[in-house]
Amino acid sequence: VNYLQLLQLVAPETIVVMTALLVLAVDLIALREQPAGLRFGLEATITSFGCGAAILLMLSGHDTMDLFNGIFIIDPLTRLVKVALLVLTIFTAVISVEARFTEHVGEFLALILLATVGMMFLVSSEDILMIFISMELLSLSLYVLTAFNKRNIRSSEAALKYFLFGGMAAAFMLFGLSLLYGMTGSTNLGQIAAGLAGRGLDPLLIVAIVTTVVGFGFKVAAVPFHLWAPDAYEGAPTPSAAFIATGSKVASFFIMAKVLAIGYAGAEGRGGWHDLVAGWVPTVAVVAALSMVVGNLTAIAQTSVKRLLAYSAIAHGGYMLLGLVANNTSSRTALLFYVITYAVTTLGAFGVTSVVEGATGSDSIASFAGLSRRAPLLSLCMLVFLLSLGGIPPLAGFLGKFLIFSAAVDAEPAHLGLLWLVILAIAMSAVSFYYYLGVLKSAYVADVGEGAGDIKVSWATQLAIAVLALLVILLGCWPSLLVKPLSLALGGA
Amino acid sequence: MLAWTIYISFLGVLVLMLLPRDAARAARGVALLTAVAGFAVALFGAMGQATPGEVVTITKTSWIPALGANYHLAADGISLTLVVLTGLAAIAGILFSWNIEKRTKEFFAFYLALIGGVYGVFLSFDLLLLFVFYELTIIPKYFLIARWGSTRKEYGAMKLALYSFVGSHLVLIGLIAAWVVAKGQLGHASLDFTELAQLSFPVAFQKWVFPLVFVGFGILAGLWPFHTWAPTGHVAAPTAGSMLLAGVVMKLGAYGCLRVAMVLFPEGAAFWQIPMAVLAVIGIVYGAGVALVQKDFKFVIGYSSVSHMGFVLLGLATLKAIGLSGAVLQMFSHGIIAGLLFAVVGRMVYDRTHTRDFSDLEGMGLGRLLPFAAVTFVVAGVASMGLPGFSGFVAEFQVLIGAWQAFPTAALLAGVGIVVGVAYTLRAIQKAFYADAAPATAAGHHEHPLDPVSVPEKVAGVLLIGTSLLIGLCPSLLLNWIEPCMQSPMFERLLKGGSL
Repeated sequence: VNYLQLLQLVAPETIVVMTALLVLAVDLIALREQPAGLRFGLEATITSFGCGAAILLMLSGHDTMDLFNGIFIIDPLTRLVKVALLVLTIFTAVISVEARFTEHVGEFLALILLATVGMMFLVSSEDILMIFISMELLSLSLYVLTAFNKRNIRSSEAALKYFLFGGMAAAFMLFGLSLLYGMTGSTNLGQIAAGLAGRGLDPLLIVAIVTTVVGFGFKVAAVPFHLWAPDAYEGAPTPSAAFIATGSKVASFFIMAKVLAIGYAGAEGRGGWHDLVAGWVPTVAVVAALSMVVGNLTAIAQTSVKRLLAYSAIAHGGYMLLGLVANNTSSRTALLFYVITYAVTTLGAFGVTSVVEGATGSDSIASFAGLSRRAPLLSLCMLVFLLSLGGIPPLAGFLGKFLIFSAAVDAEPAHLGLLWLVILAIAMSAVSFYYYLGVLKSAYVADVGEGAGDIKVSWATQLAIAVLALLVILLGCWPSLLVKPLSLALGGA
Repeated sequence: MLAWTIYISFLGVLVLMLLPRDAARAARGVALLTAVAGFAVALFGAMGQATPGEVVTITKTSWIPALGANYHLAADGISLTLVVLTGLAAIAGILFSWNIEKRTKEFFAFYLALIGGVYGVFLSFDLLLLFVFYELTIIPKYFLIARWGSTRKEYGAMKLALYSFVGSHLVLIGLIAAWVVAKGQLGHASLDFTELAQLSFPVAFQKWVFPLVFVGFGILAGLWPFHTWAPTGHVAAPTAGSMLLAGVVMKLGAYGCLRVAMVLFPEGAAFWQIPMAVLAVIGIVYGAGVALVQKDFKFVIGYSSVSHMGFVLLGLATLKAIGLSGAVLQMFSHGIIAGLLFAVVGRMVYDRTHTRDFSDLEGMGLGRLLPFAAVTFVVAGVASMGLPGFSGFVAEFQVLIGAWQAFPTAALLAGVGIVVGVAYTLRAIQKAFYADAAPATAAGHHEHPLDPVSVPEKVAGVLLIGTSLLIGLCPSLLLNWIEPCMQSPMFERLLKGGSL
């Protein structure tokens, strides 16, 4: 391949980078003196158009390519995931228009776009070096995005915490990956698996498995590597938190599944109740169980909605890891369906939270009081989002859970081996209903305080949130819209 | 055609949401219209079904191929009975909620969403679809109670929601396990009820999955000792909420026990038959006994519901055709009568006197002040006791015959429950309406005369009493729908006591 072809193949990524630069330039040259609202509006529009162009390019592509021995893979699956990521980026940009936490609008949106580029490269790679580099591009952008609210000391604190934890986790992951390279002499996941075949579980491999799980466990905020998440979600400006909770989560789960399933193929082990065999599957099973229990139980005690969403994210991470544990095509389909719908739902929930925070100055559950009177549409959307997170049908969250749980039990149909984990997950999901209902109780049952009028929200934000809610309902009622392309793409991959 | 019961209800929700904020009159009108239309569709659809013994498919399209789930709506005689009950209860509940002034349109929107979900459960012949509708009813229930209820409403609402949710999650575990096992047997994924009902799941599997699913549904049916949501929930709920809870929501649980747990896992049912019967009898006697000593008028009815639902569960536990059909008839009968009792207590008495405490009511001489309420309660109470001529008699009689055949001791103990039932009903009638009023207090109340019973209340009261009488005098109207079902192949293995 020559450079021109290369440029064509990575055209969507190139467009997003160009958009980031364009946003910076426009902000610097033309809009310095304008009010923040206008700047946000214009630049978010540019961002959306850039991402939209990339999506169109992606949808029109039909190639299946493997560039430079797995460094950059183009196939239907990565295309699908990248489209989902870009859509999430657009919605994040639209939601952030309403927020007033910074004057550095251009930099904020440019960082979001650069993080998106990092995610796009991340999901397209099957080479551990490339995976690590794109992961760092993503992480570094996210650290800065977390610290973006300079007026709020908690924002800086959150970013520092996130950065220190993240740096540590990256070191772990790099260590694990270097062991893999040392053992097999390759950076390509497929070749690593081939090199590992027949080695058995020697101590080096065990260390590699554990450090990899630690590194990715940090990215997906799984217990016990989750401690940064509540602080980061709470301290970060709400749009940044939304981005961390959604886009980054999708990309991280995708690549975690890829590394474990492809790179460590042959070292799975088994996770059944009386049937534990060492390998990465039981390791992930333990992390999943811990995440579900700790996430859900801790969420009960939260009074801040953003912290609550953080713990709920940890809990949902646990359910998603279940999809990894089951480790077959239908469970991976379920995992991707779950993580994408989860991202859509959480983005919406953060959007509503952002609006409420803007109007009341706080994101506590109490500040949602009377939302059904003050902003009926947003309140209804919040109902949809939280019920979906709680797993109430016919919303997307329920279908995601059903798909993951059934795929997990079906992984060992003879002994129903993973049933213990599914029972735990279902029990914990019953617990989660309680705290989601607590927020809704505030919105629908509690009375409006004195002097609280209607909340004014721009039509763009309302539209974006309403579209997200409709997506949640649509994917819940017709999950095949997403399940079918996903299973086709995964079956082909 | 029957599918339109569901669609009409949700259409009503949409229309209500689009109404302006304070259009209370319009909201009532829309809600009543929707409920009447739903009932009309239910009644004509049910009467139009020529073969109530068979499962007649209304609509069936592929929904989620990956799971083998279909959008499969169908009905047999049992569904028909309960769909008609839902229609009746919906109309009566709206008429008894005519005085709701606080956020009227939201109230009726949640109300109709609940009704739509209930119709959906009774008509679903796909396990996932049934589960979807079943869980869909939890949310409106919660908000109806938490927002428009009384007496510890947020506690009662949350308790009910959590109990329901835990119950449905027990069911979910069973559902997923059954799906996996069925997939292994069939060779393809399926959640279609008619297909799964023909399978025989391994007996060892049934033995552990049956109690899970049965208890999961049974929680909502007021199964002792998981009934504790019922009294608090009923008492906390607004009148229409209690009417629906007792009238149809508890039936969802019993219906799930019968349709899903027992039909899919007949050997499991046979294995657990005795424990089921024991819990049912405890529910009957315990509910009645506790109702006897309540100070709050509404708690009496709340516990009586637990007692009467015990008969439904006892009927199910007999695994005899007559017991099962008695159980279904009792679901219908209790739905009508309990709805009426709650309406008298909540709407006719509490909304006017603002107390439900017997010690307060005793001094008021309500028998003279609210003669219509008193007469209605006496008639409903008599029906609730199981006097011949009312629907409750036929239903409980059948259940007792079935129980006598299966386990005579249980039948005897349940008979004790009936006697206690007479006692608490008479006590409630006496204390609430016919206690001697001290002249002074009676005069005091004449200064603030109670509103007379309004027309919507009278219409709804007469409607419910009339239905109970009609079925009591002419039970074949419903039994012609229910009994043929028991002969259908779906119940064959269950009635043989499994193949144990």
